[in-house]
Amino acid sequence: MSMGNGFPRGRAAIVGASTYGIGQCPGLSAVDMAAKAALLALADAGIALSEVDALYTSAPYEALGGMELAEYLGLTPKVTDCNRTGGSAFEVYVQQAALALEAGLIDCALIAYGSNPASNPPPGVGMTRQSPWEAPYKPLAPLSSYALAASRHMHLYGTTREQLAEVAVAARQWAQLNPEAAVRDPLSIEDVLKARMVSDPLTVRDCCLFNDGATAVVMVRADRAKDCARAPVHVLGAAHAVTHREISSMPDLTVTGAAISGPQAFAQAGVKPADMDVAMLYDAFTITPILFLEDLGFCPKGEGGRFVSGGHVAPGGGLALNTNGGGLSCVHPGMYGLFLLVEATRQLRGECGERQVKNARLAVAHGNGGVLSSEATVVLGTAETV
Amino acid sequence: MFQPEAEWRAHLAEGRFMIQRSRSTGGHVFYPRVMEPGTGAEDLEWVSASGAASVHAVTIVRKKDPADSYSVVLVDLAEGPRLMSRVDGVPVDDIHIGMAVRASIIQEGDKPLLVFVPA
Repeated sequence: MSMGNGFPRGRAAIVGASTYGIGQCPGLSAVDMAAKAALLALADAGIALSEVDALYTSAPYEALGGMELAEYLGLTPKVTDCNRTGGSAFEVYVQQAALALEAGLIDCALIAYGSNPASNPPPGVGMTRQSPWEAPYKPLAPLSSYALAASRHMHLYGTTREQLAEVAVAARQWAQLNPEAAVRDPLSIEDVLKARMVSDPLTVRDCCLFNDGATAVVMVRADRAKDCARAPVHVLGAAHAVTHREISSMPDLTVTGAAISGPQAFAQAGVKPADMDVAMLYDAFTITPILFLEDLGFCPKGEGGRFVSGGHVAPGGGLALNTNGGGLSCVHPGMYGLFLLVEATRQLRGECGERQVKNARLAVAHGNGGVLSSEATVVLGTAETV
Repeated sequence: MFQPEAEWRAHLAEGRFMIQRSRSTGGHVFYPRVMEPGTGAEDLEWVSASGAASVHAVTIVRKKDPADSYSVVLVDLAEGPRLMSRVDGVPVDDIHIGMAVRASIIQEGDKPLLVFVPA
């Protein structure tokens, strides 16, 4: 264990990973879906449900979702968490589970999530209050907040709508290689530019999907991982930063907390962004991967728009970004962060068929929550990288 | 008993745009709260905001009828704090980053609302 950087590098591993019900999943409740994904991930790992002693979930419509899922699964976990850092919660869970595994507090962590807003629309009232300081101005939540950040990035760095569109088009091209992706019809830069403007500069095609999906991962210590059904994917680093809740309090609209969590996670892992074979960066809107590419260190601040241009993050480009098709074209049921970890795991196991990145050894999964508010970075690697 | 939000709204209802300032640090604070973020200073007093501000970021929420489209902006107050608001009194497509604006208190529905207009 490397001391001093806050993380037990490589000593915990993801040994089970699943997705379930991507796109349309009618007839089930959110917790039904999380349970189905949980069983699939446990089967993938070859681990019995009864071995799970730590449970992490973020239920979409139930504030007390950790207890709900424990009850549903018939478990009595030693650790149960249902944190409220939005889409980044799952990267935080990987960090927390790795620490609890290392301490010996737990032996087997299950992280699960299900949500089906497309076929089972949520009630009007969400779990977050209306901001008294922002709601009177009727921003579209959360879209207008991301649009404000995009406006600032365009103003400071000359980022263009065409560059934003590149992100959506690349995601779609990856989705076309993923049979599980929900939206796979062709999409051009022109299509994005001509799509209905919702909140300038973001059109409806700059926005992620709002469809159904469930997913889960199972984590154990590295010694146990060797005996599981699949090749372990080790957690090399995991770090988190929260900078604000509402966009009006974001310290700098073009610099996210990924500029803190990213360098810390890479330092823990002892690798650099340029070493990554796969980058799974939360794409709630086309501006978000551009910001994260900069903040995580794939390119200098302000260069994200140019970095994604010319198909650089599309299949066959210089960086394999969001290879499942992302939140933009594969799945986004509200909190997408766990899907990032599952796709990274599948790439590192070599299970990705047409979209497989050759000899993938290292991947980064970066989760985003709120309105660029909570940023959590996880660096994953195959056994040879530990 | 100090009631940050209620006192701010009471000032606004009487036509005053107030912000907080720490006596010890001199820092201005918005939105109203019981302490200055970062320092924890509790010696906050109400001061009149100058109303001078500039547009820091802007988005236009587009509606089917263009006449219904409206701006959502972040403005930087001359005193430092940033807040969300709207720019009135100018076509939405003329609002731009760096634009000088000033505070204006209007009635919207039955409530006072802080907006900004071109300076």
